[in-house]
Amino acid sequence: MKYTIKEDPHKNELVQKVIEISGENIFSCYQCGRCSSGCPMAEFMDVLPNQVFMFLQEGDVDTLLKAKTPWICAACFTCTVRCPVGLDLAAVMEAIRELQLRKNYDYIDPYKVEDREELPPIAMVSNFRKFTP
Amino acid sequence: MAMKRIGVFICHCGRNIAGTVDVKRVAEEIGKREDVAFSTTYIFMCSQPGQKLIEDSIKKYNLDGVVVANCSPTLHERTMRNAAARAGLNPYRVEIANIREWAAWPHEDNPEAATRKAIRIINATIEKLKANASLEPIEVPVTRRALVIGGGVAGMQAALDLADSGIETILVEKESSIGGNMFRLSETFPTLDCPQCILTPKMNDVGGHPNIKLYTYSEVEDVEGFMGNFKVKIKKKATFVDWDKCTGCGECLRVCPVHVDSEFDLGMAKRTSIYIANEQAVPLKALIDENSCIRLQFEKKVREGKIKPKKNVKICSKCADVCEPKAIHFQNNEEIVEENVGAIIVATGYEVVPAEAFPELGGKYPDVITALQFERLLAPSGPTAGVPRRPSDGKIPDSIAFLHCVGSRDPQNGVPYCSRICCMYTIKQAMLVKHARPDIAVYDFYIDIRSNGKGYEEFYHRAKEEYGVNFIRGKVSKVYKVGDKYRVQGVDTLTGRIIEVDVDMVVLATAAKGSSTVKELAKKLRIPYDEWGWLKETHLKLKPLETPVGGVFIAGAAQFIKDITDSVSQGSGAAAKAMALLAKPELEKEPLLAKVDQEICAGCGRCKDQCAYDAISIDPVRHVAVVNEALCEGCGACSANCPTTAIQVVNFKKGQIIRAVDILAEVF
Repeated sequence: MKYTIKEDPHKNELVQKVIEISGENIFSCYQCGRCSSGCPMAEFMDVLPNQVFMFLQEGDVDTLLKAKTPWICAACFTCTVRCPVGLDLAAVMEAIRELQLRKNYDYIDPYKVEDREELPPIAMVSNFRKFTP
Repeated sequence: MAMKRIGVFICHCGRNIAGTVDVKRVAEEIGKREDVAFSTTYIFMCSQPGQKLIEDSIKKYNLDGVVVANCSPTLHERTMRNAAARAGLNPYRVEIANIREWAAWPHEDNPEAATRKAIRIINATIEKLKANASLEPIEVPVTRRALVIGGGVAGMQAALDLADSGIETILVEKESSIGGNMFRLSETFPTLDCPQCILTPKMNDVGGHPNIKLYTYSEVEDVEGFMGNFKVKIKKKATFVDWDKCTGCGECLRVCPVHVDSEFDLGMAKRTSIYIANEQAVPLKALIDENSCIRLQFEKKVREGKIKPKKNVKICSKCADVCEPKAIHFQNNEEIVEENVGAIIVATGYEVVPAEAFPELGGKYPDVITALQFERLLAPSGPTAGVPRRPSDGKIPDSIAFLHCVGSRDPQNGVPYCSRICCMYTIKQAMLVKHARPDIAVYDFYIDIRSNGKGYEEFYHRAKEEYGVNFIRGKVSKVYKVGDKYRVQGVDTLTGRIIEVDVDMVVLATAAKGSSTVKELAKKLRIPYDEWGWLKETHLKLKPLETPVGGVFIAGAAQFIKDITDSVSQGSGAAAKAMALLAKPELEKEPLLAKVDQEICAGCGRCKDQCAYDAISIDPVRHVAVVNEALCEGCGACSANCPTTAIQVVNFKKGQIIRAVDILAEVF
């Protein structure tokens, strides 16, 4: 695996978006790993919470948009409570989910769902944007 | 007179000894000896009640010798001897039997053997003790002056503290100005003070102190003598300028046609052949670099007969022509001066490995430089006025990569140790780059950030949170040129990916080593050093400023790379050590020295050849060896080499040792 840094991650548009939405300075993370070690969902994640921050610090938001981690995050705030520099990780996870959602990509074609007449409409809508397997 | 009333005191050392050795049985066994008047055990002999027990027993049983069976004599020999002295027994009638390191600890699995071995060690020690003589310490006069070698921040601090306490101090610096490496720095972490502002007051204090005699552009040529009485020869190197007349006006610098790399700017700028170290130099004096001056080179070739001078040819003397006080004389004014001092402080500082040593990291490219060189580019008084510019084309870079641990923490290809200051100065440099030009992208490749000082970790977090420095965890494997840029290939071990980034400039935090000239100096002073050029202290924890040579102390980065805070502290610490030595009119010295039986000595001189301290001479008239008590350290090398046992160390005589060895070597 290889990643080429093309521009200063601090100037990366998507990174700035994450910072703007979450209100957190993702660059203050110094990779202690306490978020990952204490996360009750970490074992089901493909990218550990501390790695999420490393990807952000390297300006690689694309990888995170493809990752399952933000969707597995239960927003239980264990990491937020424990973070030594006071980062609200749950807010950052939410920001990444927001970025993905704002792409308006439908993962389910409603017209291909059978018996759709019988489903409650809210279940249909939430299914459009469901990313977890 | 052999002793007949010996007291034996066996220490439990908590469970350290008593847990393995049956101390009660040892005391009983030893108590059976005829020459032992009293034997007992106690939980901690080194405690105050333990010492009191020894004192009281000496008086009560009128003891004429004492054996304390406890730990290594390096720990408590002095404690026990002092206790005996308080009770009126000559301290040299006390011996330590080391039953902790020799019996209890190595034989934890076999208490019976440990106990028998402890008895045997004590028996051997008693045999040795019985032939001990009562001795008095030797008194040696002291010269109340000090020498400090190295005019960096540690050396300056030591010299100032000594001078302030009224001790006349000689400061020798090999460069033409004091200030050392600290004066090269842009700003200091973590306070971002400018060294040119905070160091100049100290430099001026040194330059103008009535108690400091400053020899710059000088080196220590030779050291003779011993603690309290050193004779030092100092070579004042040729400057070709009369410093008494030179006013430091700098007119000569403007006319000199020769330009070479500046030592002060570490090759980041040029200087003229006649030069002043820097604008704030102390002393502010010009000197000529013999190797580049047209005139001096010409004269040298004429002297060597390589050129025949033509008549009526005017050789360059532009500097001398403009020199108003007529200070430039082009005469070789090298001279050797002699100074007598009582104490010596070595503060020779450090160097960094040059970038060229790391071709795989781009050290061969002009825009890949060491961090110390980069300091000059960031210094407001430096050649680029504090704005980083590429050495190759003077362009302000768009991006800079900093590489930590270049050669450090790398026992296979570099040095095994952490160079300690690199993390912090790299973070500082990254910050200063952002100060000067916030648009420059900064990438910092580290393997660990080691910020173990007051305010250091906070400083690192500022760089991360406020300054926009990109930190990537992983060691860079190579740097190579791609077009106008340098491609840095590293790794991010946290996400597990190879990282590639193209930058305009690379700064290498190369490993620090001791000053390149320190080994030669250490040999002159007979102090030990390691393979990296760091001077070796007597005890890393408890005697970090002392060396095995009495009266010679070390301070600052000469001992091991350290930051300014620690260097200044050590400078003051070494000064205090020297003051303690020089405060007494006379020094007391351990009398355990070599003594010659002149009736037996044949004057063969084998002892003299073996003596590492030059303490032995052969009397030319009587043709016998003579020991200088002030120089002798009592090591015993002479005694081991004497074919007739004429020279022996007091209280370590051959009979004593052999009797002890006989007991130890009996079949178990």
